[in-house]
Amino acid sequence: MSAFLLKRASTWPPLAAAALIGILVLLALPYLLSPYHLGLAVQMMIFALFAMSLDLLIGYGGMPSLGHAAYFGIAGYTTGLLALRLSLSVWLAIPAGLLLAALTAALFGLLALRTRGSYFLMITLALGQVVWGIAFGWRSLTGGDDGLPDVPRPDLGLHLGLPWSLTDNTPFYYFVLFSVAVGTFLLIRIVTSPFGYALRGIRESETRMLALGYNVWRYRFVAFVLAATFAGLAGCLYVYYDRFVSPDYLHVARSAEVLLMVILGGSGTLIGPAIGAALIVFLENVISAYTERWLLLLGLIYVVVALFAPTGLIGLVREFRLRRAEP
Amino acid sequence: MTFWLVQTLNGISFGMLLFLLAAGLSLIYGLMKVLNLAHGSFYLLGGYIGLAVIHVTGSFVLAALAGSLTIAVIGSLVERFFLRRLYLQELPQALLTFGFLFIFSDLATVIWGRNPETIPKPSMFRESLQLGAFYYPSYRLFIIAFGLVVAGFLWWLQEGTRVGAMLRASVDDEETARALGINVSVLFTLVFALGAFLAALGGVMGGPIVGVYPGADFEVLLLGFVVVIVGGLGSLKGALVGGLVVGLLDNFGKVFFPELALFTIFAPMALILAVRPAGLFGRE
Repeated sequence: MSAFLLKRASTWPPLAAAALIGILVLLALPYLLSPYHLGLAVQMMIFALFAMSLDLLIGYGGMPSLGHAAYFGIAGYTTGLLALRLSLSVWLAIPAGLLLAALTAALFGLLALRTRGSYFLMITLALGQVVWGIAFGWRSLTGGDDGLPDVPRPDLGLHLGLPWSLTDNTPFYYFVLFSVAVGTFLLIRIVTSPFGYALRGIRESETRMLALGYNVWRYRFVAFVLAATFAGLAGCLYVYYDRFVSPDYLHVARSAEVLLMVILGGSGTLIGPAIGAALIVFLENVISAYTERWLLLLGLIYVVVALFAPTGLIGLVREFRLRRAEP
Repeated sequence: MTFWLVQTLNGISFGMLLFLLAAGLSLIYGLMKVLNLAHGSFYLLGGYIGLAVIHVTGSFVLAALAGSLTIAVIGSLVERFFLRRLYLQELPQALLTFGFLFIFSDLATVIWGRNPETIPKPSMFRESLQLGAFYYPSYRLFIIAFGLVVAGFLWWLQEGTRVGAMLRASVDDEETARALGINVSVLFTLVFALGAFLAALGGVMGGPIVGVYPGADFEVLLLGFVVVIVGGLGSLKGALVGGLVVGLLDNFGKVFFPELALFTIFAPMALILAVRPAGLFGRE
């Protein structure tokens, strides 16, 4: 990616400058923000990763999933349970969470990928709600509705000999920043790789890609599992941030919220969904401070986005530029 | 033996409620390719309006009529003024209907609060009937009979009337249907209203046995989806058979594996998907 960025940067210096400033600001954030706002920044970054992972499915793979929270939640529960019950180190708890999310996606993918379009939406929603039902009903393992409170944050000092524990907000912020940066880097690599282009080809014309000799099913399947794994990473981070995991993590409302983030920002761009995620997290925090009717307003946001910005903010910007370019 | 009979009847009566819900989902999808995520709201709001009406009038029939007619009007407004603008745009449609699901769900808690409520049974069906060696609530038997009547009516509507013929023509080839002078636009609104009507009717009918409570909208939406996944989208027969299958499985699942109840409907769904991705009666 650095080579890619350098190439872009040499052709367009403002991009390089913006990226550099962005990185510096992100690094300085713990010294600029109050603990509350730093927490907000952590949430934004985690949901940005979550939304980008869904964008790999929707924007690049053309697979409209309404059950993406299942992988976020499964990884979250796995990590939470391992950290809570077995006091497992973060270096084992997160990989275990990712593995379980990927395995579940592999199983669900076998079923969901037999279908397209509305059926795919419906089946991913149904599969996601089944996972929610299990988390809700299996009280002895998951604590049911009460969830699992007091998940301990990782103590890197214990396992790595580093001078800090992640229970403090600042080191935890850097931990999340680093993890999300790695996730973003990998996602950019994936969508700009031959695999990513083949995936876009499948989105545009499945029959043509089949005729070209691509194993379309395998591409979709790999994309499905990869997207779930990145959603899982977001879920693991969120559990450590929240120190709590409950069935809400994998409810369809969360799947729909992340879908909203993707569409609001603009699918098929990665940066769009990240912006969409930051915006929704911000609005949720600001609005719920003033009113109890956040759900109502969220519903209205869905309706407004669907009617007036189905191509997202990125789409609106593009449209604006096109209009300005016309004499 | 009695246990099996009672549980089977419980499953079938619940399945009939699911049929009312899924028939609308399926008809709407069949005609306009819209996956209506707000369908669960129609069910829940129908139940709440029914509840309010029965508290005032004491009449179950009036409650059912008021609930389902109001929701039919609301449904047609949603179709006319919102969904229509997003014709054949899958993701925006999903966002829009999900938005309405949130809006309706929040409005319901504002108006009716968070406590679970039950609609009183119609006075005719308060008693239990003696069926051979055991007693069984007559209301559940009434639901089964009522569901069959609705199924028969919908079948007649689709196969035996002029509107049904127009509907089938529009499902098969919308453009040609328009060219032949069929007013597909009005048909869209009518079918959406009918779907909303049936869902709300399900909400009122289900009020006495499953109750009316916040969150029911999401729950029945999931079950409705599983029904149409099993039965096939766009097929009335699929909605009926799927409804019964899911109703029975859900009931026996809750009896035998209370902690993993949803898993029992997951397994057959997975099986159907593996064998027939378009559902039992769906078109490929």
